[in-house]
Amino acid sequence: MTEVRSIVDAAGLEALLEALCAQGYQLIGPTVRDEAIVYDEIATLDDLPRGVGDEQDGGHYRLTRRNDEALFGYVVGPQSWKKLLHPPVLRLWRARREGDELRVEAEPARAEKFAFIGARSCELHAIAIQDRVFLGGSYADPHYRARREDVFIVAVNCGVAGGACFCVSMDTGPKATMGFDIALTEIVAGSSFLVEIGTEAGRALLDSLPRRAASASETEEAEAILAHTAENMGRSLEAGDVRDLLARNLEHPRWDDVAARCLACTNCTMVCPTCFCTSVEDASDLAGIESERSRRWDSCFTLDFSYIHGGSVRQSVKSRYRQWMTHKLSTWHDQFGSSGCVGCGRCIVWCPVGIDLTEEARAIRESEAQKGAT
Amino acid sequence: MTDAFSAASVADPMIPRVARVVRRKREIADVVTLEIDGGAFDFAPGQFNMLTAFGVGEAAISVSGDPDNSARLVHTIRAVGAVSRALTELHVGEPIGLRGPFGRGWPMVEAEGRDVIVVAGGLGLAPLRPALYRLFAEREKYGRILLLFGARSPADILFRDELEAWRGRLDIEVEATVDHARGDWRGNVGVVTTLLSRAQFSAASALAMLCGPEIMMRFVANALLERGVAQERVYLSMERNMKCAIGWCGHCQFGPVFICRDGPVFPYSQLRGLIAKKEI
Repeated sequence: MTEVRSIVDAAGLEALLEALCAQGYQLIGPTVRDEAIVYDEIATLDDLPRGVGDEQDGGHYRLTRRNDEALFGYVVGPQSWKKLLHPPVLRLWRARREGDELRVEAEPARAEKFAFIGARSCELHAIAIQDRVFLGGSYADPHYRARREDVFIVAVNCGVAGGACFCVSMDTGPKATMGFDIALTEIVAGSSFLVEIGTEAGRALLDSLPRRAASASETEEAEAILAHTAENMGRSLEAGDVRDLLARNLEHPRWDDVAARCLACTNCTMVCPTCFCTSVEDASDLAGIESERSRRWDSCFTLDFSYIHGGSVRQSVKSRYRQWMTHKLSTWHDQFGSSGCVGCGRCIVWCPVGIDLTEEARAIRESEAQKGAT
Repeated sequence: MTDAFSAASVADPMIPRVARVVRRKREIADVVTLEIDGGAFDFAPGQFNMLTAFGVGEAAISVSGDPDNSARLVHTIRAVGAVSRALTELHVGEPIGLRGPFGRGWPMVEAEGRDVIVVAGGLGLAPLRPALYRLFAEREKYGRILLLFGARSPADILFRDELEAWRGRLDIEVEATVDHARGDWRGNVGVVTTLLSRAQFSAASALAMLCGPEIMMRFVANALLERGVAQERVYLSMERNMKCAIGWCGHCQFGPVFICRDGPVFPYSQLRGLIAKKEI
């Protein structure tokens, strides 16, 4: 449904936010907080980070001042939409003893009505990946489903590439091709947005906005912007055979090398938009009358994660890093039919020591090539 | 995007139902068998449940009872951590949380017409007991049946009364060994693989079911392969940390598989490449 190309200006975009509000959506979009881009509640265009850019690299993130008034002139921040669809902490049930009886009460699934403003293509892929985890098997997570099913998504095609971005390698961007209701390309900073429609709901909404048809040159301009973004990726990964590359190199010396740098701090798993692992915690009052179970994000970098009686299966940091990276790039294919990596670069940027999975994959690949050559 | 939402049931699979402990039996020092009443409960031999000690936590426990008696739901639990200890300390009449059954169990149908070698180490006998009940109940469907059991010491022999009764049968072979014993033990001493070297079976058609410590299963599997048993017919029941039992929590991953969902029972051919590697 990409036949309709329209242009909206800032007033049109403001009208879009108002229309979504009027339909009962809770608007979530990029804001600036703690010197980072953070997805949070927004009400008007004024809440968006105007004229803000960013600088990203291994272990490095800084917001910068752009010399224009762009509303989407940065790439992804530390948090992803995951925090809204798959909350970091979620109570699952409460139980109460009454005399001889014990009753378990399921936590009601909260039917949120989110509108995501400014989701990037890599993030749409990440959401699709988590859909497969939580809804695609023989069981469906009612909490994820309740939050997910009514989401309205206004995607933004990336006008700049981040220093750690590699969506082109993962075939997940920079242009949004799926999973959105409306997609915007900011063709004149802060004032002119080319609009594409992804769903009937998106079309209905666009029809209610002040807009005009895009000219051929505006459409070309949008394509040129995206081509420029695609050509300026900060990182790259040979994704074609990385699945097999890692699967056949589980005992490669490079794992020792990366383990010497890795702090097992879990940052990469927390910022990753597809990492889904959780643990559960039970709590009770002192009298043992009431108890409850919560689910919280967990990380394969902790010792507890693999604990069975007698000790943890993955004692060494080496085995934990290997688990994370091979899961993300290799065994995810076996489990869910796609890579678990969308090339957003967050794990590189938010690693305190700047470990870069594209670099780790490259090192293993090159050592193999050298071995092959000798 | 509606397709993704139409799948699966609406019921929340993370919510335990409340059952009651109706019988409690101490088997050996740190092992207790609980019979719980949760209504009629059908399961396949080798499947497991998630049991909750309310206020303490939840653990994955294999069903150890008779699959053909859905009125009696039986689990055998070793107190090794906070949750399993709390489960073993539940009294008759107390509530217990139950989710399940989960996972893929023993290949009972594939075993038909074959010699069946059951090898258990320690508490590994518990997840195998439902398979044994089924083998004995449908004895005519199988070739030779061998049960080889290893325990750390004579005091650690699980289900001893039953083992001795089974050993008295003329249509199955039961051998037991212990790792170490005092002078009053008149049975075998040594690892369970030593029993295997004496066992008589038709390697070409045999099927094996293994449950015990991972290192024991690895040695037994390799010994079976050396005897000529096909690796596709050597089955292992694997154990990993589990928080959900349905593939969401990520804890039980073993390379490409989720032990909870794709197992816990796997043919050795599926695990062989990974099981010899450390810290997978």
